[in-house]
Amino acid sequence: MTKYIVRRLLQAIPLLLLISLILFVLMQNATDPLATMGGRTPTKPEDRARLTRQLGLDKPIYIQYLYWLVGNDWAKTDLDGDGVAETYGTRHGVIRGDFGTSIVQTGRPVTKVIGERLPNTLILMLTSEVIIVLGALLVGVYSALRQYSFFDNLLTGILFVGYSMPIFFIALSTMYIFSVNFKRWGLPYLPTVGMFDPKIGETPGQIILHMILPVFSISFISFAAYSRYIRSTLLEVLGQDYIRTARSKGLPKREITFIHALKNASLPIVTVVGLDLPLLLGGAVVTERIFAWPGMGRLFIDGIDRGDTPVVMGILMMIAVSVVVFQILTDIVYAWLDPRIRFD
Amino acid sequence: MTNARKFLEVKDLKTQFNTPEGTVYAVNGVSFDLKEGETLAVVGESGCGKSVTMMSIMRLIQIPPGKIVGGEVVFRDTDLLQLSEEAMEQIRGREIAMIFQDPMTSLNPVLTVGKQITETLRTHTPMTQEQCRARAGALLELVGIPDPIKRLDDYPHQFSGGMRQRVMIAMSLACTPSLLIADEPTTALDVTIQAQIIELVKELKKNVGMAMIWITHDLGIVAGLADRVIVMYAGYVVEEAIVDDLYENTLHPYTLALLQALPRADRRRDQSLKSIKGSPPNLLVEPRGCPFAPRCEFVREKCIAENPALVNVETNHKVACWVDVKTGALR
Repeated sequence: MTKYIVRRLLQAIPLLLLISLILFVLMQNATDPLATMGGRTPTKPEDRARLTRQLGLDKPIYIQYLYWLVGNDWAKTDLDGDGVAETYGTRHGVIRGDFGTSIVQTGRPVTKVIGERLPNTLILMLTSEVIIVLGALLVGVYSALRQYSFFDNLLTGILFVGYSMPIFFIALSTMYIFSVNFKRWGLPYLPTVGMFDPKIGETPGQIILHMILPVFSISFISFAAYSRYIRSTLLEVLGQDYIRTARSKGLPKREITFIHALKNASLPIVTVVGLDLPLLLGGAVVTERIFAWPGMGRLFIDGIDRGDTPVVMGILMMIAVSVVVFQILTDIVYAWLDPRIRFD
Repeated sequence: MTNARKFLEVKDLKTQFNTPEGTVYAVNGVSFDLKEGETLAVVGESGCGKSVTMMSIMRLIQIPPGKIVGGEVVFRDTDLLQLSEEAMEQIRGREIAMIFQDPMTSLNPVLTVGKQITETLRTHTPMTQEQCRARAGALLELVGIPDPIKRLDDYPHQFSGGMRQRVMIAMSLACTPSLLIADEPTTALDVTIQAQIIELVKELKKNVGMAMIWITHDLGIVAGLADRVIVMYAGYVVEEAIVDDLYENTLHPYTLALLQALPRADRRRDQSLKSIKGSPPNLLVEPRGCPFAPRCEFVREKCIAENPALVNVETNHKVACWVDVKTGALR
């Protein structure tokens, strides 16, 4: 098993390099950091030229990628534009843990910028994911055991409505109902934006209160897909011969469902959860934007808007790495759940 | 054995399935009985209702789409069809055990063999974990699996097909049931393994003293195994006889045709096997007349109009046919 994990990790290195190269090239072509830097004051041509040299944008793209990857503290750069490269660079490169500095938040290291936002996103997304998976398990198992019953049909109906609605619609509707109208009716109402009320401060109670609407919006959308998937997976397993064998042994229904069936059904479910988890790090772009939640999704969109290549690359690489890591974790959980899978 | 009391009596059992294509008439009034310690073989081609009959007795039919629409299954003076699901769970595995056709799919792939044997014991007996494990080991040894205690921790995929069927048998014997229903347990196995499994079951049956119902579509293995045979066709019992009687004094045209389709060592080699003309009946149509009539070489007008009942025509020999196959005359 250890050997397998090590091999998978080693295989991940060229993959990640390739991903980073593609993302880097795409990013360079997508935005121009200089265009968004000046703000309201027009930039003088000589300033533009100096900034271009400072950011290394005058170099060919493969040199830029090389500097991003391994740093430029070993290469001299011509900073003053006199045609003589005399100053050593200051970047250490991604492989030495230096993701560069943010262009928008001038001079702040990317790791710090991301580090500020990541906990906000994790608390929002992990809460949603836990609610989605546990809730969908309950609903999925119930629906599978009572296939075509009244509640199965009712739940199916509600969930499909949720599944078919765009998230911004749900987010805005809940805001309209539980904040705007509840306030108007004199009921206790929920906050619409931010993580906490600045007058009260960042207390756990405030954060939970502010999380209710965004978590609901995120969960409602994914709930349908998950619970339908669990339902159909479980139904398929319940039709297997070994379930008939278990029933023929006189085992109670509870034991058949939760030991014999669910352990088999958990394999495909683990796959889906394993694919979804790394993407949580990226945050919920739309939801965070609507609820003004200071998370990764907003950071990402802002970064792209304003050509903050180092931050955007940092976020993308973090997601790429976690996708690879979670794939390996999923495989390990597989082997643990299904004795037929062995990687040695 | 003839004086032993009836302990299983199936009366007029009817099971149907509701499908999008219509109602499937799978079992249409099957009646038979079984004495303690007796072995009954149930013979018939695929789709004739053998398995569904047995699943109905065990109440393992998926409802819906299936439904047991009528009849009684009296087991030791209790009608199993009237029991609650919980009471039925007490019968399954403890009083009546079942082994299935395909040992490759009948064992749960993600649970150890030991776990699958001991859970039956834990459900039905007050044994402790250690006692269950010891008993499970003893059971594996009983069915001839070498190194039994160690193999309890193995998973089904680590056993061969024949060995898995042995595990299934061990599992079914865990609570020493008084009736074992074997649903074509050797069909998925190759011939040598088949013989081994049959020998094993015969041996175990002798030692445990349980009654047995053995479903098969292979008339060849019935002779050495069963005391009595029932032949099923299209959800009906068409003939019931003591095993030797069935071969020597066949009364139903369908049984006759089945026997002629069987390769025999004492038949001349240039004689080709006779197949039964036509195709198996469409169970979607509510049967009128004798279900075998369209394929029967003795068919008469009466056969198409009216379905014959299963009646005693000789001592311990019942048949459902209007025609006497020996004389060709109507009964």
